[in-house]
Amino acid sequence: MDFELSEEQRQLADSVGRYLNDHYDFERRKKIVHSDTGASDAVWKQLAEFGVLAIPFSEQAGGFGGGAVDLMSAMQAIGGALVVEPVLATVLAGRLIDRAGTDAQRAALLGPVVEGARRLAFAHTEDGARFRLAHVSATAKKAGGGWVLNGLKRVVVGAPLAEMLVVSARTSGSPGDAGGISLFVVPANAKGLSTTPYRNVDNQRAADVKLDGVQVGADALLGAEGAGLAAIEEAVDFSTALLCAEAVGAMQFANDTTLEYLKTRKQFGQPIGAFQALQHRMVEMFVTTEQARSMSYLACSKVDTETDPVERGRIVSAAKIKIADACRQISQESIQLHGGMGMTEEMKVSHTFRRLTVIGQQFGDADHHLERFAALDR
Amino acid sequence: MDLNYSPEELAFRDEVRGWLRANLPEDLRAKTAAGDHLNKEDLLRWHRILAKKGWVAPAWPQEWGGPGWSVTQRYIFEEECGLAGTPPIVAFGVTMCAQVLLKFGSPEQKKRHLPGIYNGDVFWVQGYSEPGSGSDLASLKTRAERRGDRYVVNGQKIWTTLGQYGDWIFCLVRTDFETKIRQEGISFLLIDMKTPGITVRPLILMDGGHEVNEVFFDNVEVPVENLVHEENKGWTVAKYLLGHERLNTGRIGGSKRELARLKAFAAEQTDGAGRRLIDDPRFRDKLTRVEVELMALEITNLRFLDAMRGGKPPGADVSMLKIRGTEIQQMLTELMMQAAGPMAAPFKATGPQDAVAFDDVVAHLAPRYANYRKTSIYAGSNEIQRNIIAKATLGL
Repeated sequence: MDFELSEEQRQLADSVGRYLNDHYDFERRKKIVHSDTGASDAVWKQLAEFGVLAIPFSEQAGGFGGGAVDLMSAMQAIGGALVVEPVLATVLAGRLIDRAGTDAQRAALLGPVVEGARRLAFAHTEDGARFRLAHVSATAKKAGGGWVLNGLKRVVVGAPLAEMLVVSARTSGSPGDAGGISLFVVPANAKGLSTTPYRNVDNQRAADVKLDGVQVGADALLGAEGAGLAAIEEAVDFSTALLCAEAVGAMQFANDTTLEYLKTRKQFGQPIGAFQALQHRMVEMFVTTEQARSMSYLACSKVDTETDPVERGRIVSAAKIKIADACRQISQESIQLHGGMGMTEEMKVSHTFRRLTVIGQQFGDADHHLERFAALDR
Repeated sequence: MDLNYSPEELAFRDEVRGWLRANLPEDLRAKTAAGDHLNKEDLLRWHRILAKKGWVAPAWPQEWGGPGWSVTQRYIFEEECGLAGTPPIVAFGVTMCAQVLLKFGSPEQKKRHLPGIYNGDVFWVQGYSEPGSGSDLASLKTRAERRGDRYVVNGQKIWTTLGQYGDWIFCLVRTDFETKIRQEGISFLLIDMKTPGITVRPLILMDGGHEVNEVFFDNVEVPVENLVHEENKGWTVAKYLLGHERLNTGRIGGSKRELARLKAFAAEQTDGAGRRLIDDPRFRDKLTRVEVELMALEITNLRFLDAMRGGKPPGADVSMLKIRGTEIQQMLTELMMQAAGPMAAPFKATGPQDAVAFDDVVAHLAPRYANYRKTSIYAGSNEIQRNIIAKATLGL
């Protein structure tokens, strides 16, 4: 049992934290959010330089072969600063390539990612799936030497920025079946692939991705045909653990800025933080965040060390239940304690509210993970 | 960071687990599991078994009999005791009075009192709260007037847990009646309960149990050598003690055992249509949320212990262990009663039995639920804990 961060982990946390502090303040973020692409090449390059895009990938892919614990502090900093770059989307899709792909695929597809020259997205969610990972109805059929893909993927985070997509499609069976799901790498500019881009409530860019007879070669298949679900579950668990760390960073900011507000805002001739009704709510936010932080540590540690997928999933679901509940409490309370000011676009806390709201749902809301936990807890 | 136990820690856990299994007397295990009242002899029997093994005072320095364990080992031991369902080591002596003596006591006081605490020869209780001084402890009125080489104590304490078993009591008393700053007129006094003028009267709680008492002091003479630390500096001692007390209120191991019992029990209950209660999503969700909160609290508790490596005292935010720990304990007793459904109504008092007492395990559930309402009130109510965090940690 060891809570100490390694020297490298501390350094990464320091440099990412300092960089975002100096170069990613709320005003600069606003400019990036309202730019055409809704992202920043300069920030992306810098994150790559710090190693954020090398740490989670294997050495065959050109990465450092690290894990969730190695990235945890950087994800907290990203959460605190509300970074809109598609880090998590790229790590998720990249992990599928890294875990399911061949050495050749790893090197060719992930090399540019590690260098900061390529963003990825995972096109998976479909209408009617809610959070069930096995619900895939998009199809891939053998044709010539390769595959033809058809289907509609919804709310693919990072898709408008991605040069390359990892797409799940069914090569056999029906929606909901565990078997028969395959993973393909598809260039974003492939013929027959069209996107409808939009902005999500947290200001991250996403798109619906339509696959209309998209032809890819045999080498686009990642891993064994029909055996994609286990890789998806692993990569989503890993990304959920990172998302928990990001959430903790965002909650920490919400708490810090709310506490500051309680100490400076005056009503009835005194700081509103002098009122016990508000003090106890602030304390609950603080305690909840510490409990959420503990679960984020546990989830990151377990996705790195747990080899049994059932136990890994059980812990990740437990963490996401806590994080989802905490996201709701912290986001709502931070606005309430700010009063009318918290409602305004000009306060960063209202944007933290928006991001926390999305995180609560991302990779499954509390209800989904309550159900999953009960199913795995045997 | 690696939140898995190291091979050495796992070996230690197995050693503790094996020893507890072999040395916990079956009658004590059964009594504790059933939630029966443990009398003085029960409590001291287990205390002495641990003392003989050298494990009764994990936090003490080795020179006074501590085992020299790391904070993680201490945590593992506590958790294993909880999981095994051992009787508690009553905190008033080993964890509270002894910690005070180790920090503030004179060499003579240490030599006189620590061995008795260690060996379980002297049963200590705590005299803090008074009828008019609950959360506002510093308003306490029990007086100790100096007359030569004695203090003469007059007043009343209340909620004295296990006071009926007490051989000695450590008390907060007022020694300065003039000072404007109330905290500066309080002293920490050790009192032999056999001294003339002390009366202990039981308070029966709503579960029927005799757990707490009123203690009356009528011209009780206490030698001045029983003053700990300086006169009028008792509040410093009390504050030191409160931090220690809160670190022990998480009760992770005990809650883990209760959770396992609850899960097993809920898997046995069916609704007549063949559905097990544990498969009822409404019940299951509540159960899972408690389990998740407990998982989180275990890590939070370990984070506090980790931060204390090297002897640093815990910060005021340690109060969160008390808040969440007691909320979990209460929720578990509530869900247990809910799981029993209509069978939870029959009542077997924790205290003396009468002819209509229903002797079945489910008959403990309602009294236990009732009894556990105390946890969010005692040792500084959860609202006081929130005040502490608001002030000392958040600076409000």
